[in-house]
Amino acid sequence: MIQRPPLLHARCTACWIVAGIVLLVVASFATLDLKWRAFLSADAAARMGRFLAELTTPSTDPDFLWRLAIASGETLAMSALGTLLAVVGGLLLALPASRAADGRRTLARGPTRLVLNVLRSVPELAWAALLLIAAGLGPFSGTLALALHTTGVLGRLFAEAIENTPRGPAEALRVQGVPGGRVFLYATLPAVLPQILSYTLYRWENNIRAAAVLGVVGAGGLGQMLAFHMGLFQMNETSSVLVAMLLLVALVDLLSYLARRTLMR
Amino acid sequence: MAPAVSEPSLRDPAWTRRVFWTLAGAALLAPMLWATEFRPWILFEPASLRASLGFVAGFLPPHAEPGFLKMVAYEAWRTVAIATCGMVLALLLAIPLTLASTAVLSVSALPGRMHTLPFIARQAIRWLLILLRSVPELVWALVFVRVVGLGPTAGVLAIALTYSGMLGKVYAEILESGETHATTTLLRNGSGRLNAFLYGLLPTNGAELTSYTVYRWECAIRSSAVLGFVGAGGLGQQLITSLKMFNAAEVSTILLVFIALVWMADWASGQLRRVLG
Amino acid sequence: MAGVTLDLDALQVRHPAAAADAPAALRPLTLKVGAGEQVAVIGPSGAGKTTLLHAIACALRPASGRLQIDGTDPWSLPVRQLQRLRGRLFLAPQVPPLPPRQRTVTALLAARLPAVSLWTGLRSLVYPVGAADAHAALARFDLGEKLWVRVDRLSGGERQRVGLARALLAPAGLWLVDEPLSALDPTRSRLAIDTLTRSARERGVTMLATLHQVDVAIASFPRIIGLRDGELAFDLPSADVTREHLLGLYAQFEHELAGAPPVNVEPAAPAARPATVVVCR
Repeated sequence: MIQRPPLLHARCTACWIVAGIVLLVVASFATLDLKWRAFLSADAAARMGRFLAELTTPSTDPDFLWRLAIASGETLAMSALGTLLAVVGGLLLALPASRAADGRRTLARGPTRLVLNVLRSVPELAWAALLLIAAGLGPFSGTLALALHTTGVLGRLFAEAIENTPRGPAEALRVQGVPGGRVFLYATLPAVLPQILSYTLYRWENNIRAAAVLGVVGAGGLGQMLAFHMGLFQMNETSSVLVAMLLLVALVDLLSYLARRTLMR
Repeated sequence: MAPAVSEPSLRDPAWTRRVFWTLAGAALLAPMLWATEFRPWILFEPASLRASLGFVAGFLPPHAEPGFLKMVAYEAWRTVAIATCGMVLALLLAIPLTLASTAVLSVSALPGRMHTLPFIARQAIRWLLILLRSVPELVWALVFVRVVGLGPTAGVLAIALTYSGMLGKVYAEILESGETHATTTLLRNGSGRLNAFLYGLLPTNGAELTSYTVYRWECAIRSSAVLGFVGAGGLGQQLITSLKMFNAAEVSTILLVFIALVWMADWASGQLRRVLG
Repeated sequence: MAGVTLDLDALQVRHPAAAADAPAALRPLTLKVGAGEQVAVIGPSGAGKTTLLHAIACALRPASGRLQIDGTDPWSLPVRQLQRLRGRLFLAPQVPPLPPRQRTVTALLAARLPAVSLWTGLRSLVYPVGAADAHAALARFDLGEKLWVRVDRLSGGERQRVGLARALLAPAGLWLVDEPLSALDPTRSRLAIDTLTRSARERGVTMLATLHQVDVAIASFPRIIGLRDGELAFDLPSADVTREHLLGLYAQFEHELAGAPPVNVEPAAPAARPATVVVCR
């Protein structure tokens, strides 16, 4: 009996995966109307060059810088408040989304997880665009959008942290007849608090990046300035906004690092 | 019973700290609420409530006209295609940059310290990678929409640039945190850099590198769906168009497809990473 | 707080996770304990000592037989009354149930929760209510200075004594103490067991303790119950327990009779499972 060549073997998983990936890539390039000519044309190159050249000279007009500072503060507040609201929402949803104390799956677990997954699957920017209808243009929509998406992410993470925590302390209180809410506050919460803080700081670092661009759909902050000045091709101002964004992200990363170091002792 | 050595005060020693941090938090919260124009009650004002309830009521039933569904399906595919093309270009950019910047593959560093010129070159590439990934992909997309016009090209380029920065950074971290003995031995024995990579680093870290790439592809799909918001093609562009026309049924369909797409990508990437181990 | 009386009649208990054909952890067991009595439960590993305590604490539901606490069958009560009854029982598990990042004072006051209102319970998290009582309880175990220290800064032995001090704060009429000495050296063991028995006597609390240290059990408890393979081997006043009784009880487990090695009561580190949620950055 001759051994069949492995490439044609139905169980050559790797071959099938590679074939699938190649197919996906070829199909992607084939079906997209990519305008390489426009991108590689002398005209585009010239425009790109001018863009980049102007980007190297950020605007330092004091009046403009003042508005930039206000927008930066707005972005920072959006990210922090959005994260804070998400922590509250995430905790409230994580309780029904985690297994009951005795390891049973509760009735509410499935539906709550579905809600969390939907909240998480819709990106911040889509939430912001939707919320503009209810909350109008401005940073409030952006804050709510960040809060909704982050609630989905944190709720899931918190639920997993709660399920993975050692049960001993909670069990001891429950055997004493203590009601569930107080068992959570006295036994479960102190055990998962470090993870909650760590996930929260991590999401804050994420949310400052998201908050910076949320304004593109009109939800306030630096993104709104960016979209405005870029729309008018004012590249000097755009450049300043970009610099402000990068600085803001670096600042939050630093704050988060410091907070982590003091809190995790 | 032996008397305790030192009797602690019965006053909670953490109390002052707690009060201070609570007050500090409140003091920080107030300007934050002001800056974000945090007025939840406007959500419940009759006019805004009517608008949002009316819009949400329009979600059901989702718009399911065959022609529209076909168009949404096509846009969903374009979202995946933009992500895939972007990832391919990002890989084409990231792999050479990683190879050039990994200290493990430095020949001059073999006897001890790296020479000055290669050191500067590697640092320059690292800064380039940082710059590439620090600018959000949405900003790149805005730039490219201005340069090449509306359409998927801008999305592909935006993903390619941002993701090459991310891939380059993480690839370098994976390569440098792993076992490097085999690679340095190869270099010591006089093999070239590319060969040392192919025979030393790649077999050691291959699985981790692939797994991270697949995971990034999943992220790219989420990104590309969003990039449409600024006109870079795909589902996002469709969503914004329907939103601007206040067509709730269409929005509802697109959102459902959007969520399904993200879950499918999640599932596919999970399966793929499991198989690749 | 009056002592609780116990009446076990042919009580049989199975572990919920055990296979259906596995022998029951407790074979039909009949036992009476009067109010204020102090009983030591001894026996080799796997004899069902911990299961017995859990069954009495209403943490495990009996498979058959009857359990009566103060003359009522707890499992016939409606849930609210069962919870109120559970507040009268205090189970101190072998691994002290202390959240690592909580302060000792809060961990101690937690034992009081069945007796305090919701409002006091919440207020106590902000500023400890009854720190003086917590300190008094700690001081009896020679740990007074650890009142404001975080639990994860305590040694294993200190943690075990904090776990025992919780009993003094619990509003209970029955203490069920599981291996209170497993992490303590002989001197500390002596002090801890003396404190427990004396406090129980002062309050009139009934106490059941499982013990590995047979000599401590006989010296400190008036009544000894020997348990082997889930069955009652003997139930005697401690003066009547002979070497033959013990040799029979610990046959094939003689090394445990000689003195079991102290068990490590460090709480297991929480499993650091990486998050499975995709967060793109």
